[in-house]
Amino acid sequence: MSFHPKMAYDATFHKSARHLEEEGPAFAYTPENRARFDEIVGRYPPDRRRSAVLPALYLVQAQQGYVTANGIRHVAELLGITKADVEDVVSYYTMFYTRPVGTFVLSVCRTLSCALNGAERVTAAICDRLKIVPGQTDSSGTFTLIEVECLGACDRAPVIMVNDAWQESQDAESVGRLLDDLKARGEAALTGCHHVVERNGN
Amino acid sequence: MEPVLINHVREPNSFTLDFYVRHDGYGALKKALTQTPDSIIDLVKASGLRGRGGAGFPTGMKWQFVDKKIDPRYIACNADESEPGTFKDHLLMERNPHLLIEGCAIGCYAIGAKVAYIYIRGEFFHVQRVLEGAIEEAYKAGYLGKNVLGSGFDCDVYVHRGAGAYEAGEETALLESLEGKRAQPRNKPPFPAVVGLYGKPTAVNNVETLCNIPVIVNRGVEWYTSVGPEKNGGPKLYCVSGHVRRPGVYEASMNVTLRELIEGFAGGVREGRTLKAVIPGGSSVPILMPDQLDTQASFDAIQKAGSLLGSAAIVVLDDTTCMVWLAENLLHFYRHESCGKCTPCREGTDWLYKILSKIERGEGQMRDLDLLSSISTNIGGKTLCAFGDAAVTPVLTTLKHFRQEYEAHIREGRCTLPAPWRAAHRVGAHA
Repeated sequence: MSFHPKMAYDATFHKSARHLEEEGPAFAYTPENRARFDEIVGRYPPDRRRSAVLPALYLVQAQQGYVTANGIRHVAELLGITKADVEDVVSYYTMFYTRPVGTFVLSVCRTLSCALNGAERVTAAICDRLKIVPGQTDSSGTFTLIEVECLGACDRAPVIMVNDAWQESQDAESVGRLLDDLKARGEAALTGCHHVVERNGN
Repeated sequence: MEPVLINHVREPNSFTLDFYVRHDGYGALKKALTQTPDSIIDLVKASGLRGRGGAGFPTGMKWQFVDKKIDPRYIACNADESEPGTFKDHLLMERNPHLLIEGCAIGCYAIGAKVAYIYIRGEFFHVQRVLEGAIEEAYKAGYLGKNVLGSGFDCDVYVHRGAGAYEAGEETALLESLEGKRAQPRNKPPFPAVVGLYGKPTAVNNVETLCNIPVIVNRGVEWYTSVGPEKNGGPKLYCVSGHVRRPGVYEASMNVTLRELIEGFAGGVREGRTLKAVIPGGSSVPILMPDQLDTQASFDAIQKAGSLLGSAAIVVLDDTTCMVWLAENLLHFYRHESCGKCTPCREGTDWLYKILSKIERGEGQMRDLDLLSSISTNIGGKTLCAFGDAAVTPVLTTLKHFRQEYEAHIREGRCTLPAPWRAAHRVGAHA
C-alpha cells in the first residue's frame, strides 16, 4: 500500500490495507441470533439498516468464532448492502477476527501507561510460556496472543483483555498463574474490571 | 470542592436506578421538562460548560447551532474513550450510568431530538452491559420511552458498540461509524450540528459533558460558575496514570494545580524517583516540565503554559523514562490508529515510527532529527481531522525538550536510558 519505494509497509496490520476473507463454511444466523439481529436493526431508522453492520458482525463472530466471506455475505443480504460494504468495515475494525482464534484471546495493552508499568514484560512472559509471538495461537488452540492499543484502563496498568473481559494490574508472574487458571477453570478464572468486582460486593 | 459526579461511585449498587433515585436522581429531568427547551439551552450557555472530550468547546453554543428547522435531530454521545491515558468516562458509565442517561434525556429535550445513540468503544463490553441494564430500568420507570413522565416528550436511548478504532472518537468519524461505515472523518464544515447523523442536525457530546447537564439543572448557573476559575467552571474529572503511587480518577474544580493532582491526589511519583515530565491531557498534547507543575489544571491555564487540557489524562513520567522510547511507543499507537484517509497522516505516521524505532535501536543518524521535524510539519495541519496534529505532537514536543536524549542515542549507538528489564533483555520497545 505504501507509495514510497524505500519505505514499504512491513507485514504488520494497517487499517488502510484491504484483503479478502476466507470463504468458510455456509453461514446463516441461528434463530436466536436472527431474533437478536431483528431487534438491533429496529434501533435505527428503517432506511438506515446499514447502521446495524457492527452489531450484525459481532453476532457472526459470536456464532462461529470469526468472520468469514460467507458470514459477510449473510450480513450484506440482511442489511441490503453490498458484500464490499461489509468487507470494508470488517477490514477496518480491529475487533473482528478474520481467522480462527483460540478459546481465549489475550489482548495485551501496549500503549504508554501500560508500557510504563511493564506491559512488554507481560507479553514476553506469555510468549515464553506459550512458545508463540504476538499474532499467533498456541499449539493446543487454547490461547491467541495479540498486542492492542490503549484499552482505557490506565489506572490498573498493565491490563490485558481476555476475550471481552479485563484482567487488570498484571505482571509476568500473575499472568503465568492466569494462564494456568484459565486452562483449569475456564472463564471462571477471570476477575474482570475492578468496578465489576466492587459491584458484586467482594 | 466536594465531588458531585463521582461522589457515590465507591458505594455498592451505585449503578442501580433505586440508588440513583434515592440520591435525587432524575430530579433534574423532571425540572427540565417543566421549562422550555430553549431555556435549557440558555441555561447551559450561561453555565459556560465546556466540552469534556478534549476540545473544550462551549456545549451551550454547540446545542444552539443545532438546526431546529430540520427533523429529526439526534444526540450522539461520544463514549469511545480511546485517548491514551483516559479512563474517566468508563468510571462514570460503569458506576453512575443513570447520570449519563439523565443527561442524554435532558439534551434530547433541549435540542428537540427523540433519539440519543451512545457510541461506546468495543473494548468496554462490561460497561455496555451495565449501561444497557440501566437504560432498561429507566424505560420501565418512565424516564425514557414514549411520553416521558407524562410530559408528551418521547426519548429513546440506544447503546451502539464500536469495534476497535481510536479514530471513531473524532466526531464526524463517529457519525460515519454509526452509519455503518469505516470510522473516517468528514470534511468540516458543515459541522454535525447542521449536517450530522444521516445528514440530520446532530449534537455530538462526550459522556462527562452530558453528565454535567443534570448537575447544572439541579444546582443552577450561579453555583456552577462559582466552581473553578472564570470560563472554566464546573466539576472536572482528572485521570492520573503512569509513574504515580495512586493512579486513578479524581474529581476537582479547575482551580486545582497539576502539583495538587499528582502529589496530592495521586500520592506523588513512585518510590525513590523524581519527576521528569508530565503529559497533561492525553498522548496528543505537548509535554510540560517539572517547573510548570504549579500550573492550574484548567483549559485556559494549561493552554497558556504551552499545552492543552485535552481529555484531562495526566500521564506522569519519572526519571527512568526514555523520551525517544516514549515517542516511539506513541507513534506505534498513531501509526496503527491512523484511519488511512489522508495520505500525509497514513504514510507519515509510518515513516515517523520507523525513524524513531531506528534511533531507539541505536541505528539513527543526526540527519534523522531534521527528517523527523520535516515529516511532522508536513502532517500537522494538512489532514481532515485533528489526528494529524495529535500524531506529530509526541515527536515535536520530545524533540523540543529532550533533543539531547535523541543526540545521545545517535552518538552512542544505543538507548542511553533503557528501563532495567529492557536493558537486560535486549529487545526493542515493541519486541
